[in-house]
Amino acid sequence: MVAEVTSPGETRSGARPGSAARVLGLVGLVALAVVVLLISIGVGSRDIGLAQSWSLLWGGDGGDATGTEAAIVRDLRLPRGLLALAVGAALGLSGAVMQGLSRNPLADPGLLGVNAGAATAVVVAIGAFGVGTVTGYVWFALVGAALAMMAVHVLGATGRSSGTPDRLVLAGAAVTAVLIALVNAALVLSPRTFDSFRFWNLGSLSGRGVDVLLAVAPFIAVGAVAAFAMSRALDTLVLGDRAGTALGLDVGRTRVHAGVAATVLAGAATAAVGPIAFLGLAVPHAVRFLVGPAHRWVLPYSAVLGAIVLLVADVVGRVLAPPGEIQVGVTTAVLGVPVFVALCRRRRLVSV
Amino acid sequence: MTRLLAQDVTLGYEGRTVATDLSVAIPDDSFTVIVGPNACGKSTLLAALARVLAPQEGAVVLDGHAISSYRSKEVARRLGLLPQTASAPGGITVGDLVARGRYPHQQLLKQWSDDDEKAVVEAMTLTNVADLADRAVDELSGGQRQRVWLAMALAQETPILLLDEPTTYLDISHQVDVLELLARLHDESGRTLVAVLHDLNQAARYATHLIALRPGGVVAASGPPAEVLTEELVTDVYGLACRVVPDPETGTPMVVPRRPLRGPASEKGARTGAADGALRADG
Amino acid sequence: MSAPPRPRPAPPVTGRLVRLAGGRVTLRVGPRSVAVGVVSLLVVVVGAVVSLTTGEAPLSLVEVGETLVGQGSRSTEFVVLTLRLPRLLLAIGVGAALAVSGAVLQSLSRNVLGSPDVIGFTTGAATGALVAIVVLGATTLGTSVGALIGGVVTALVVVGLAAGRGTQGLRLVLIGIGVGAMLLAVNSWLITRAALQTAVDAQAWLLGDLSNRGWTQVVALAVALVLLLPIVLAGARRLALLELGDRPAGGLGVDVTRTRNVALLAAVGLAAAATAAAGPIPFLALAAPQIARRLSRSATPVLVPSALLGAAMLVVSDLAVTRLFAPVPLPVGVATGLLGGLYLIALLVRMWRGSTT
Repeated sequence: MVAEVTSPGETRSGARPGSAARVLGLVGLVALAVVVLLISIGVGSRDIGLAQSWSLLWGGDGGDATGTEAAIVRDLRLPRGLLALAVGAALGLSGAVMQGLSRNPLADPGLLGVNAGAATAVVVAIGAFGVGTVTGYVWFALVGAALAMMAVHVLGATGRSSGTPDRLVLAGAAVTAVLIALVNAALVLSPRTFDSFRFWNLGSLSGRGVDVLLAVAPFIAVGAVAAFAMSRALDTLVLGDRAGTALGLDVGRTRVHAGVAATVLAGAATAAVGPIAFLGLAVPHAVRFLVGPAHRWVLPYSAVLGAIVLLVADVVGRVLAPPGEIQVGVTTAVLGVPVFVALCRRRRLVSV
Repeated sequence: MTRLLAQDVTLGYEGRTVATDLSVAIPDDSFTVIVGPNACGKSTLLAALARVLAPQEGAVVLDGHAISSYRSKEVARRLGLLPQTASAPGGITVGDLVARGRYPHQQLLKQWSDDDEKAVVEAMTLTNVADLADRAVDELSGGQRQRVWLAMALAQETPILLLDEPTTYLDISHQVDVLELLARLHDESGRTLVAVLHDLNQAARYATHLIALRPGGVVAASGPPAEVLTEELVTDVYGLACRVVPDPETGTPMVVPRRPLRGPASEKGARTGAADGALRADG
Repeated sequence: MSAPPRPRPAPPVTGRLVRLAGGRVTLRVGPRSVAVGVVSLLVVVVGAVVSLTTGEAPLSLVEVGETLVGQGSRSTEFVVLTLRLPRLLLAIGVGAALAVSGAVLQSLSRNVLGSPDVIGFTTGAATGALVAIVVLGATTLGTSVGALIGGVVTALVVVGLAAGRGTQGLRLVLIGIGVGAMLLAVNSWLITRAALQTAVDAQAWLLGDLSNRGWTQVVALAVALVLLLPIVLAGARRLALLELGDRPAGGLGVDVTRTRNVALLAAVGLAAAATAAAGPIPFLALAAPQIARRLSRSATPVLVPSALLGAAMLVVSDLAVTRLFAPVPLPVGVATGLLGGLYLIALLVRMWRGSTT
């Protein structure tokens, strides 16, 4: 189960772009994110041109005296776009940290129980507390995600030689199974809860406004800072527990720190938009392919690329099925699985 | 006539060819040992001889017919294989694992006979694992486990037995145990043995027939060890500078690597030093 | 010097030898496997009696017996022959089919997680059924056909993607989990496309349920079992040898490729047929063969005990949800999902605590 991630440090950096090129690339990606944001603002049941979007953003009326378009842009599409960027960045970052942490190229927030934990909490919120708004779900989802993640880690740490790469994934699958069964039981018993839940359960950006963005932004910001602070420790950790300890790393503490950061990021993202699969898995792999295995590059690139991918997926979902949408959770799963399968087909991956 | 031979076989896996137009003959009643550097195709050749890998071109011939024309069980009654990578299912007992060697002799409605029992007991006695019959295989030490797998291959009671690196993972005394056992089997029961070995000195000691492969699956030399194992051959096949002296115990050829030379030859010396390291790490 | 073989009181292998027909037939049988099978069978029988006699209209055993041989009244005929018997038979058949499918796939992939519910086969069957329900507006029969097609197509895709050289097991599991996750998203999407009532129906189907099924499903499943079970049972010993690895099995005279393909097809067929009949019942295919194997202390797949245990587990689970939670009709899949998930956790903890077992 050790693939790319364990390639020690920068041994192959000769074939990869140097620091200057990487900084440039990162700037280019950020610029791309801005362009995609502008496009996403223009796309929808009412088409608004790029120039018009730009002018509306900066307070102009975009040639529309009624202010309808200004309202659409400022109150609906801009928050939605920004939320997509924030959530995508959080998921990309979370996936990168989890993969480094577990030395498992297949680690993904969704696989480690985050989605199921958040889903359970949302069902409790709807069913037991009558919560009906996405903003209301957020806090529950965040707590649920954190609890599930903790359960997965406790289970994965059972016995000797704990925390080996595939254990967390197995523990995640088991915890997910129990939670999903509970969720299903609750949904069967209450069709009303099911009706609200089935839309949250898909991973969608529709109907999320500024309030959702503001509720999760602090968590994402804190998680991101914590993650970036760990990049050196992660570089050492991927060499293996023994090598890490020999190099003076407190392996246990690093793992806890990184785990908390990844949980906060993924939990906040899931709370905001519902379960999104495969983004956290696929993006860091694409990034490693581009910039090599060093985390000081993998982490920022994963954040920016994750943001772009999620927003693009949202736009594609809106373009493909007007006037409705294909929810972003579906689009990312359909886009992400080929990447996952390609990874699995690589020879080195399957070595157990 | 030889019972087992490969004729102009091209061997490989999806998209990677290991050997082209390779021909070897396994002399009847011989203890044939195949040697060669890492990744030269030794194990691939052995797999093809055991028909667990189908040649892309050419044919492996067993008793005058293409091995692929036999029914699987028929082949398994004439030729056994001790593979390098075998995994025992969790919790299986030694006796049960050895008994699996009897599969080619059994039928759906005749799952155990007196012959089966005799063969299993004999194989376990020969390999000295009879006392372990009720133990779980995964509780055993590496040396014991290797002997259990060997017992399974022996219980198959085939006139020809192929062994892929039977001494891997064993310490020196267990290596000698296994090789002495094979030599005894060869001498006493008249079986034809074909083994892939890493250690040239052990190969020279126990083989009656040595096949040296060069990278790319080409036969560099074959024949009695005393004729095959020369300084030139080792240099040619392994890129290792060495001396070949008589083994003080048996008089068979013994390879003694040279220390890297200083001066102009240092580049060459570094290379052979590395090859030597690899050889020792594997042996 | 080969020492003469010491006389042993018993053969060096585990299990009892059963000699029949004057020694022409000799079978090796593990006493514990037999015990597991017999106890499971007893549970099935007791469960059958309870499920046929109890419920909203309690019947005596005599009444049930009379009805079964065609001597019942119209009302007992309706209760027994239309409501309870098909459901009971379906529980037995689905449980057995899933358990055998799981046993075969776990053995082939040499991985506990290689069961059809983990590697996406049942999710794919669900996708097929959902397409039938939501897009084509299909009835019960159409749903079953959709599930069958969905399951088989998914299996072919997963196996095709996992095919290639080298270790097939883990790759199969991982690719199956990936494809399954994608199909899960598609399933959720299909559900949002439907009107609420259709969505509720579809969701209920997705959980795995035995209510509202009839003789059509029973007959279809019976046909699948009659066709596929003998194939699997005949290959059982080859399957056990395959667990040693491809090369050792090949060396022992097993036609590795053919054995694997035949077993795989049969297992997929069983899982798809079971899912077509009852929806994707979770975790039974994972848990039943594992429990059977552990209880039997067997190092090889125990197919018949697995089948009986699977049937017993589903009969008891269905009884539990219908009798304990009445009048709310809780789908049986919820019960197996919960129990199966907890079992998986316990299994992992046990596996990781002591490394020797």
